[in-house]
Amino acid sequence: MNALALQVVVPLLSAPLCLLVRSAGFARLLAAASGLFGLGNAIWLLVAVRDGGPLRHAYGGFVPPIGIEHRLDLTGAYMLVVIATIVAATTAWAAITRLDELGRSRRDLFFAAWQMCVAGLYGMTLTADVFNVFVFLEIASLSTYVLIAHGSERRALVASFRYLLMGTVGATFLLIGIGLLYAMTGTLNMHDLAVRLQGTSHTSSVRTALAFVSVGLWLKAAIFPLHLWLPSAYACAPAAVSALLAGTATKVAFYLWLRFFFTAFAPTFALDDLPVAKLLLALGLVGAVAGSLIAVFQDEPKRMLAWSSIAQIGYLIAGLSLATAAGVAASLSHIASHALVKSALFLALGGAIAALGANGRPLRLHDLRGLSRRMPLTAAAILVAGLGLIGVPLTSGFVSKWLLVDALLAADQWFAAVVVLGTSLLAVVYVGRLVGAVFGSADDAPPPAARVGLGAAAVVVVLCLLSIALGIFTSFNVDLAAQAADELLGVTGSGK
Amino acid sequence: MSSELLLLLCLLLPLTGTLLVLLARARPNLREACSLLTAAASTGCASWLLCRVAAGERPELQLAPLLPTAPLALRLEPLGAVFACVAAGLWFVTTIYSIGYMRAHGERNQTRFYACFAIAMFAVMGLALSANLLTLFVFYELLTLSTFPLVTHAGTDASRRAGRIYLGVLLGTSIGMLLLALVATHTLAGRLDFAPGGILQEPLAAGRVGPTGLALLFALFAFGVGKAALMPFHRWLPAAMVAPTPVSALLHAVAVVKAGVFTLLKVAVYVFGLDTLATTGAATPIAWVAGFTMLAASLIACRADDLKERLAYSTIAQLAYIVAGIATATASGALGAALHLVTHAFGKITLFFAAGAVLVAAHRTGIRSMTGLARTMPFTFGAFALASLSIIGLPPFGGTWSKWWLGAGLLDAEQPLLFAIWLASAVASAWYLLPVVVRAFTPASAPADAQHHDEGHEAPLACRIAMAITVAGCLASFFGAGPLLTALAAVVQP
Repeated sequence: MNALALQVVVPLLSAPLCLLVRSAGFARLLAAASGLFGLGNAIWLLVAVRDGGPLRHAYGGFVPPIGIEHRLDLTGAYMLVVIATIVAATTAWAAITRLDELGRSRRDLFFAAWQMCVAGLYGMTLTADVFNVFVFLEIASLSTYVLIAHGSERRALVASFRYLLMGTVGATFLLIGIGLLYAMTGTLNMHDLAVRLQGTSHTSSVRTALAFVSVGLWLKAAIFPLHLWLPSAYACAPAAVSALLAGTATKVAFYLWLRFFFTAFAPTFALDDLPVAKLLLALGLVGAVAGSLIAVFQDEPKRMLAWSSIAQIGYLIAGLSLATAAGVAASLSHIASHALVKSALFLALGGAIAALGANGRPLRLHDLRGLSRRMPLTAAAILVAGLGLIGVPLTSGFVSKWLLVDALLAADQWFAAVVVLGTSLLAVVYVGRLVGAVFGSADDAPPPAARVGLGAAAVVVVLCLLSIALGIFTSFNVDLAAQAADELLGVTGSGK
Repeated sequence: MSSELLLLLCLLLPLTGTLLVLLARARPNLREACSLLTAAASTGCASWLLCRVAAGERPELQLAPLLPTAPLALRLEPLGAVFACVAAGLWFVTTIYSIGYMRAHGERNQTRFYACFAIAMFAVMGLALSANLLTLFVFYELLTLSTFPLVTHAGTDASRRAGRIYLGVLLGTSIGMLLLALVATHTLAGRLDFAPGGILQEPLAAGRVGPTGLALLFALFAFGVGKAALMPFHRWLPAAMVAPTPVSALLHAVAVVKAGVFTLLKVAVYVFGLDTLATTGAATPIAWVAGFTMLAASLIACRADDLKERLAYSTIAQLAYIVAGIATATASGALGAALHLVTHAFGKITLFFAAGAVLVAAHRTGIRSMTGLARTMPFTFGAFALASLSIIGLPPFGGTWSKWWLGAGLLDAEQPLLFAIWLASAVASAWYLLPVVVRAFTPASAPADAQHHDEGHEAPLACRIAMAITVAGCLASFFGAGPLLTALAAVVQP
């Protein structure tokens, strides 16, 4: 069977299998195996695409404009590897720790939802059919609501419900946009759309379609000011789910919008005819400042990281708004570096939650005091990942931030560059609070209730090491991201 | 041994030291022996490099392909070799001193202390030998982070507060301004390597940046390098004085602060180019900031009663000398700056050693409480007096030459007012250093002090040895300045 299809089909079939066998142990094993398979397959696909050009697979043998097509180019393959890495790491962590946080909830059901979510994420990355995008988006979203509701606090239900409301609005907007596009062009294939949309940019239907698609995906990507669902969802979800979502969900939505923006619509359309670029830059910068500022004042570490995610999404948007190869490359590179460190941080906090026994009530910063003595490996991982989040040299965060500021300066956006660096300073403050708590002394703290196994800590350490490796050997997140960005801008012939 | 290998060895030796210290953590004597050995080996290595560079070798070594246009790479050149040599040599001396000090003071967590110390020296070596701005920045940040545990060594609330100021100012300036300056340079010039004559004259000639833009960029660099302690970003240095004295001595009189001015010197000489700076006048505003810092810090030093605080402000003033010398954009100014980097190191480290010795032996920090102390600690205060003369700039000590060239640079740049400030703060340095000596050598008359004197004793032997070596360094840099000048002159006079 085609490797493109397998990437989606394996997790998609694992989900019902979990339900059929009804064994927690089996579900864990299956999830871990499927996660590792996904990573291996994604890397294999990346190599194939890099060497042999885009891969295509038409389902059921129906030719693309009519049938559903999965298509993988370099940008997609890059995203796929990033997502698969995060999925593999978080799944392995979830499988190893046995998820004490979930209490008495059934693990097989949890993993079934988890696999559905993963299948949706892969599907969105691979598909070239816009309606198929919607389908996979809904698959991922519905299972995400379930996953978030697994959180041990009662607030998790509210958070899940809030996300459900906003996520549904987003998906509906996307669907309306897709419907309008279909009405205008009669096709659902992205590359076909690109051809048929030429010369229609003046029609209000197409403009409305762009607006609906954009707002819908921005909601899912938690772009400021459509981010309101994110903080409580990340803060209340089980740590493994937070790590999965922070590393993948918003990134995939962002990537999808990139696809719509650059592949389906011509970038010249949105950028020349409508003031989208200015709007995006402004939203990105405001998001970066607001997210960082609010993160500084958070007392719950998971909520702090969630707000930090909103700030990082602001960087992505700022880089993208330049619509230059350098800007898009910076955004892509930042996706990888941020996904690694943010997932590592959430997983490390998950380990701390399991060890400190803070179940049922939110973990606060002062609960973490003395962690460096009890869980040195986890504490070191938090330090390294925190440095990566700030963008200290020799971490991947530095490289991507460098690319971003370089791209901004090359486009004469001095103010934006100053804002990006200024928000990095805010990152120093909030990461400093987190690290300060972890390495602070605690004489009055209770002894750890349970120990997190070495395996779970090892997963976190691997993510941190990956972040450092990408900060030193930069061929993946610099060269490949640059190639992907060139390809993305070149597809529509606008490669500025 | 090939020069490339030597370069790598020089960088990695301190890191090996860290490992050895950590391995030998259970046995203090072995641990200190490891520290001493690596420091000695580093010194040897750096001196060897200095010989190589004097022979005209310029080896290069790529460590990692960080960015396509700016890899993580090392390259040997005279300025860096001199700085590496001074830092490594004084690390060795400081290690001797630390053994006496830390044990006499009964400090805790000594393994962490020695390990972080070695990491900091690793960062200094990398910074000194870096081939481009990006590599320099990497090690600059590493130096900030690795010295943080040293500053907060005591673990008290006061030290944590000071640590926050330290980290806040240094990280804040470096991320907020230095990084911006780096990226802007990269955007303008398309490269970041240190090239003789600078890399920015090409964009200037092409009209991509004007004199005002260059002045702004230079200001970003000057303030962004918070380690150079230009006002108003100087607060971290007095704050860092809560650290144990060896840290203040080596890091906050030699390695860290000198890393700051060294960075600026490299930027002025190899990124902007002295000619470009001179023709555009891009550095003139910074010369005035330095002049102000010089004067203000000297005045604050005159008023400070805590000896270490006084020395800290004195350091700020002396750093401003160096920055002013760089900012004159003249050959003699830059030469004076490079030379002052060396001579001030010997003088100031001696002063800090003496201050620490007083703390350990007599438990005094306030200058007013030191009356008559020289009766029990003649050696310490003798060393203090000689080093003071070097800082003030009197022969036969090294400070003479560097101040001479700095003054000449200010005159060359036709800045008579700055020259007057230079003179005034030289007088001020006599004003804030000599009273300490005079007071210590004045016999105490008050009976309350008399009982202190009976229990007084000289500093530990290790501390005295260290002070003897650095005072000898002050003298040697006066009589042996010739070869050093020849090596450095090649850099500033193309």
